[in-house]
Amino acid sequence: MTRKESGSTAPAPARRRLSRRRARGNSLDPHETRRALLLVAPALAVLALVIGYPVARAIWMSFQADQHVENGFFVQGGFAGLDNYKHWLLQRCGDVACPPGNTGSSFWEVVGITLFFTVVTVTIELVLGFWFATIMNGKFRGRSLVRAAVLIPWAIPTAVTAKLWYFIFSYDGIANTLFGAHVVWFGDKWAARSAIIVSDVWKTTPFMALLILAGLQLISEDVYEAAKVDGASAWQRFWAITVPLVKPAVVVALLFRTLDVLRMFDLPYIMTGGGAGDGNDTTTLSILVINESRNGFNSAAALSTLTFLLVFGVAFLFVKFLGANATGAEPKVKAKR
Amino acid sequence: MRHARIAASVAALSTLALPLAACGGGGGSSSNDAFAAHLKDRGPITYVQGKVNDNATHEVIARWNAEHPDEKVTLKEQTAAADQQHDDLVRNFDAKNADYDVVSVDLVWTAEFAAKGYLQPLKGDLAIDTNGLLDSAVKGAQYNGTQYAAPMTSDGGMLYYRSDLVKTPPKTWDELFADCAIAKQAHIDCYAGQFNKYEGLTVNASEAINGAGGSIVGTDGKTPTVDSPEATKGLEVLAKAYQDGDIPKQAITYQEEEGRQSFESGKLLFLRNWPYVYSLASGEASSKVKGKFDVAPLPGFDGVGASTLGGHNAAISAYSDHKATAIDFLKYLESEEAQSLFLGKGSLAPIRTEVYKDPALVKKYPYLPTLLTSIENAVPRPITPFYQAVTKAVQDNAYAAIKGDKTSAQAVKDMAAAIKAASSGQ
Repeated sequence: MTRKESGSTAPAPARRRLSRRRARGNSLDPHETRRALLLVAPALAVLALVIGYPVARAIWMSFQADQHVENGFFVQGGFAGLDNYKHWLLQRCGDVACPPGNTGSSFWEVVGITLFFTVVTVTIELVLGFWFATIMNGKFRGRSLVRAAVLIPWAIPTAVTAKLWYFIFSYDGIANTLFGAHVVWFGDKWAARSAIIVSDVWKTTPFMALLILAGLQLISEDVYEAAKVDGASAWQRFWAITVPLVKPAVVVALLFRTLDVLRMFDLPYIMTGGGAGDGNDTTTLSILVINESRNGFNSAAALSTLTFLLVFGVAFLFVKFLGANATGAEPKVKAKR
Repeated sequence: MRHARIAASVAALSTLALPLAACGGGGGSSSNDAFAAHLKDRGPITYVQGKVNDNATHEVIARWNAEHPDEKVTLKEQTAAADQQHDDLVRNFDAKNADYDVVSVDLVWTAEFAAKGYLQPLKGDLAIDTNGLLDSAVKGAQYNGTQYAAPMTSDGGMLYYRSDLVKTPPKTWDELFADCAIAKQAHIDCYAGQFNKYEGLTVNASEAINGAGGSIVGTDGKTPTVDSPEATKGLEVLAKAYQDGDIPKQAITYQEEEGRQSFESGKLLFLRNWPYVYSLASGEASSKVKGKFDVAPLPGFDGVGASTLGGHNAAISAYSDHKATAIDFLKYLESEEAQSLFLGKGSLAPIRTEVYKDPALVKKYPYLPTLLTSIENAVPRPITPFYQAVTKAVQDNAYAAIKGDKTSAQAVKDMAAAIKAASSGQ
């Protein structure tokens, strides 16, 4: 794209039109604008319906109080102002701090757990994924077999994976038998978290590995050969060629995985139900949303809005600082000319 | 500038919110206008319940349909998961769906649905005759002094014990834990129930609390009564047993099935569980305790303990178009004929006392007399419209107390505070 726009191969009239458009700051003439709008209108309408409406509705609900009981019957709660957000962010239940056993009391703990899972699993998956990708990128007999085998955990539905690891880590399960241990995996805080991390890494490292492998395969063999001729060591080739050239792929993989783990629900929900430790030590934000929605949809809407903001914030940081380019837009960094 | 815009949008939101909230009102203290409609109307109706995995329900409906060709009942099955059944009912009631005429309601949802105005009160022309029904089951279908549903099936916990190792089953907690010496000698675990942090823990914790003379929520369905010396004493039994090792450490992860597997593989002396275990432990090929176990009522402090009541109620939707037919069907579900079918073909615990004493059925299900004792002494789980929040309050704090993270006294105090927060709409 960049090369084409820079002009040498485009026919003359097209070039002229391009430069004219650039001079006017990329704007189309009014006729074209109307037609463009007309053409994207159906897509915009569908997007507004399936994305815009639910988001707007959730935000609206989050400012409503949940139903309460008067004379034995539920009545609507009315406008709540910021009460639902106070319930979560300040952990206030009315005029008092939320007592243990109330969903509000575990909010910040749950945010911490979610971030902990995110950082740990994504880091391990990145390292292992890179390693797997390097192996799969090499030339050896049975390469396609290895590639297919690595894919298997990713192909298994998460609910099945969760149940599988649930049996492995149960008290009479394989994990304890194999090591002759008597660990109550789903009772202890750190044991339960490790079990979930192991399962998540097992399941999603292939995804990371494949995305990185795709990036590795884009690097031309010539670059390495040239470096070899110049006398670069293997280590130098890795750091000076592989890493910078595979970085865009890695950042996209990181972004996808991070957003995924921030919304993690099924693995911990099936394996521990969010329990272990103090009873909430493997509860992620999504599990808390589901728990809360049984008490009332409005306070759950506030929580999912907060979760949305957190995920959105992290995605924003990724794009801003790591230059993740998941949308296919032109990168801001100037391409080599 | 930016602040002004945010302020403006928040203001816009709030103006939007007010009129909408006003028209969304669920009827308030006047309950539901639909209660007065279609009281005398007859016609075909739909009966909704979770996935049918017994052989009785279809036959009960078939017999009804044979006798009532103009008022046929159609069965609508929901999924097998309780949470999804709950959410499906809420959706259809909220939509005022007239196709849900008679619904099967889990005991613990009855108060919530009644308070939301979904269930037709069973009074006046729609009153049911509760003579001969188990008292605890009848109470479990009431809310605020009104009968909102008819009990349909019941359930109660029993103590499974190894009759080859223990000659006379323990009647009290003290006797039970004294028998743990036998377990130690045999190198097996002593006692287990359901102590994982889920609904089963609420069941087990409330059994311990009720058995000690405590309670969790008052009769108004919202005032916490759990912060009492009795409740502390009850919870302390489980906490102490866990810390002493009489309850094995892995039991903190047990749901019904894990405990059953441990008992069936001969690794457990006492197990608190539901009646379904009986036929499996005596029939399954993998069971190592065939003919080596028996059942007894749950232990208490000075005699039989207080089981938690399980089971389902049948209720009429406030939005049904044929309520006269619906109430007749409810009465049929409670009849001796239907109840015997539920037990004989479906292994579902009946709500009629005399069915438990039917010699033919007792022969088929030797645990019936024990189950009757259990259910007669049973206490329903907290009857409250905020059940989901109350059960979480109980679970979180009972879990912490059993594991020794907090004292039982502190745990019941926190339960009370969390229940109070829930009932004030937090």
